Amino acid sequence: MDTLLDVKNLKKFFKTPGGMLHAVDGLTFNIDRGKTLGIVGESGCGKSTLGRTVIGLLSKSGGDVFFEGRNIKTLTKDESLELRKKMQMIFQDPFSSLNPRMTVSESIAEGLIAHNICKNGIELNRQVSNLMDTVGLASRFALSYPHELDGGRRQRIGIARALALNPKFIVCDEPVSALDVSIQAQILNLLQDLQEEKGLTYMFITHNLSVVKHISTEIMVMYLGRLVEKSPSDELFEHTLHPYTQALLSAIPTVNLDGKKERIILQGEIFSPINPNPGCRFAARCVYSREKCREIDPEINEVTPGHFVACHFMEEINGIHVK
Amino acid sequence: MLSIRELYIHYITDEGIVKAVNGVSFDVQEGETVGLVGETGAGKTTTALGVMRLVPNPPGRIISGDILLNGESLLGLTEAQMRKIRGEKIAMIFQDPMTSLNPVLTVGDQIAEVVRFHNKKTSRADAFKKAAEMLGTVGIDPDRMDEYPHQFSGGMKQRVGIAIALTCNPGLLIADEPTTALDVTIQAQVLNLMVKLKKEFNTSMLLITHDLGVVADVCDKVAIMYAGEIVEFGAVPDVYRNTGHPYTIGLFGSIPDVKKKVKRLSPIQGLMPDPVDLPAGCSFEPRCQVATAECKTLKPRVGEISPGHMVKCTHHWREANHGHSS
Repeated sequence: MDTLLDVKNLKKFFKTPGGMLHAVDGLTFNIDRGKTLGIVGESGCGKSTLGRTVIGLLSKSGGDVFFEGRNIKTLTKDESLELRKKMQMIFQDPFSSLNPRMTVSESIAEGLIAHNICKNGIELNRQVSNLMDTVGLASRFALSYPHELDGGRRQRIGIARALALNPKFIVCDEPVSALDVSIQAQILNLLQDLQEEKGLTYMFITHNLSVVKHISTEIMVMYLGRLVEKSPSDELFEHTLHPYTQALLSAIPTVNLDGKKERIILQGEIFSPINPNPGCRFAARCVYSREKCREIDPEINEVTPGHFVACHFMEEINGIHVK
Repeated sequence: MLSIRELYIHYITDEGIVKAVNGVSFDVQEGETVGLVGETGAGKTTTALGVMRLVPNPPGRIISGDILLNGESLLGLTEAQMRKIRGEKIAMIFQDPMTSLNPVLTVGDQIAEVVRFHNKKTSRADAFKKAAEMLGTVGIDPDRMDEYPHQFSGGMKQRVGIAIALTCNPGLLIADEPTTALDVTIQAQVLNLMVKLKKEFNTSMLLITHDLGVVADVCDKVAIMYAGEIVEFGAVPDVYRNTGHPYTIGLFGSIPDVKKKVKRLSPIQGLMPDPVDLPAGCSFEPRCQVATAECKTLKPRVGEISPGHMVKCTHHWREANHGHSS
């Protein structure tokens, strides 16, 4: 397979008055070209930090990011400027991620101007109206300001901005969480269409498990900065192996009235990521946890091809045997 | 228990009259949980505030209709009488636990306040004893009674909100998006707690949410709201299995279901109409797939498509289900 993004042992720590906050703590994964990796986890598990670190909005505390086979660290200044065009981001909140004093067309043109893409104003205007067309914004909105538009349209501006530089890779950080379901579905369809058309690769960060299953090829579940399970999307829902993922999936309220399953209710809440203790991060809430879990970090095992789980007692819990 | 009859609530603003609630009628029976579902701006919260008589006035005003609690009209009551109803007969859990608690009072104070307000003779010590007991009921260690809201996490704050709401054992609980701000695992904890306590305290509940999944889990009946009107109402299995209104069908089509594989979602096109300027006919007509010429001018009537399952659509369910139901 053709790997576009390769992340090795990525770390991002923040210094806080209470100690070192381990937001992303040693993540290794890759994303193939044209595919979507969904990143799932609860608030505070480090998924947004991961997205920002991968794309370079935050400096990393450790580890390496390879894009198209090249380590980002070793790029020259010109090369890294080139790279920024290829990696873009769509932000969660279309209300605060747009400059309220810029019109829709100014917002979309910003990146084009910064990178000197268009030779003259006519070409710039044509590009902007093409982009508005692509994301389904009527041209009559070109001179509107963000506050005049609803959430769905504002998110379309965010998408047009991300697409402006013809990127290969887009980090979507909760792009539909602030939207109503009917608008959410419109945006998800748009993102899928664009992916097919332009061969885009997505890293799709969300806490909404139904959305992530719908849009992702692969899903990575995070807990307190660590990977707990990563697998092809369908496989994750069919053979859920990690106790945290099992609880998370059973907690989704579904509209399907048939085959309601018993819900696993987790005790307690997510812990502070400041100076975490050694051992499995999930141990304190896990019904299966034993002494070993609180002392030794679980290794990440590949159970079936592409399905990775980080749990000491995964075999026992699921009654399976892995060679 | 609760009966809302032809309720109209408008906000009178400089830009025009915002028609937030337009002729809403439904009942909540004793011990029942009714889900009120709709998108942002559908009028769910305004309906709830109307029941509590808390619609900010000005600009909001209850134009007409009636709200009956156990047969007694709430709209005729004085403000003093209403204050006795709130908390004692009807209590509300708010969406945002971060802003609905008072940041400068301890959680114990806030629960005790409710106890003493509704029963002036209660001593301070007894009120705090009751507060400790309530915290225990919602799964918070009573030792944390002297802590302030900012020392609690979101899920814990929502538990405090539930404790406050249930303190006086109200007959009806109105929960306005109680779990929307919470993570799924915490949402599951809080919903579980609400269902358990609802049984224990024998209360009826009106649950406002935009999440049809939560409704399927918790509610007996569901009301689907669109542009200030109830477009479909019925028992959860009826509405989910035998969906009648094109808007409800569209809502279901918009939700990715983890149990089913769909390549593309089938969302409703367009946006909800501006409540200042509603269409003359059916308010869903501009976005409706099955609308005909008469929908533009004719206000749809409510029809009963099976016992207790009401749909407000001119074309009723035969056409709405694309003709393959008979």
